[in-house]
Amino acid sequence: MSPRFDVGARVNVRRGNPPGHIRTPYYIRGKSGTVERICGEFRNPEELAYGRSGEPKQVLYRVRFVQKELWPAYTGPANDTIDVELYEHWLEPPQ
Amino acid sequence: MMDNITHSHDGPDPHAPRPDHDDTLTHHRMLEIAVRELLIEKGILTADEVREAVERMDARGPHLGAKVVAKAWVDPAFKARLLQDGSAAVEEAGVQMDQPTRLIVVENTPTVHNLVVCTLCSCYPRMVLGIPPDWYKSRAYRSRAVWEPRAVLAEFGTILPEDVSVRVHDSTADMRYLVLPMQPKGSEGLGEAKLAELVTRDSMIGVTTL
Repeated sequence: MSPRFDVGARVNVRRGNPPGHIRTPYYIRGKSGTVERICGEFRNPEELAYGRSGEPKQVLYRVRFVQKELWPAYTGPANDTIDVELYEHWLEPPQ
Repeated sequence: MMDNITHSHDGPDPHAPRPDHDDTLTHHRMLEIAVRELLIEKGILTADEVREAVERMDARGPHLGAKVVAKAWVDPAFKARLLQDGSAAVEEAGVQMDQPTRLIVVENTPTVHNLVVCTLCSCYPRMVLGIPPDWYKSRAYRSRAVWEPRAVLAEFGTILPEDVSVRVHDSTADMRYLVLPMQPKGSEGLGEAKLAELVTRDSMIGVTTL
């Protein structure tokens, strides 16, 4: 499975709120960031949590977000960022 | 309160009986005991293997991360490999990576400060730091580290100027993070072993600097 997004690409995080074991933190859903690195392929923890195989593996990305774009009341400088690990099925190209 | 003291060892310090804190058989403790006893009874594991695994976990601690950091300070080629592939480099430094997770090492510089958190649970680079401190697992740290990291840092005594970017790393999946702190001024010329003594656990989580 080749990665759908390249390093440096802009991505949106899906806004979904499915039930179950989810590794995409709520605060990052619906936000836009930049792919910082591609971490490789891993079995899908949303499946593993229920004793299933986790296959097919998902590409895992580290996506960098600008803090001021996440939190309206953020008081730190514009360069402050947060990196979050996100599986490919949670990412979409920018609209 | 003094009237209630009935417990005594006939010494100079009589005190009320203090309850033990280790006698609560919670659901998860019971589950662990039941599963462990079944595994042993069925011959899948021996009690000795369980003890050895616990000892291996307990033996890991911040001294391992400190050794890696000190090596990176004195050996630029090793530092480059460490930043490129943390898992491979710490194994090269003699740390056993006995977990399926991978290690990413993030470097503090005069313009970037890194801070590690796990907002979803308590993921922690146990292979190089051992068991996480209680505050790392607290809801307060896990939530505040992402939306007001500078306030959290200030509470640890770490006040960073505005021209230093704060990079928070949320360990949400299969990566674990170790911060490579900046070498303290005045420590140039010290050997690796002496340098390792300067490296604290909190500086490798990123809540403090050295």
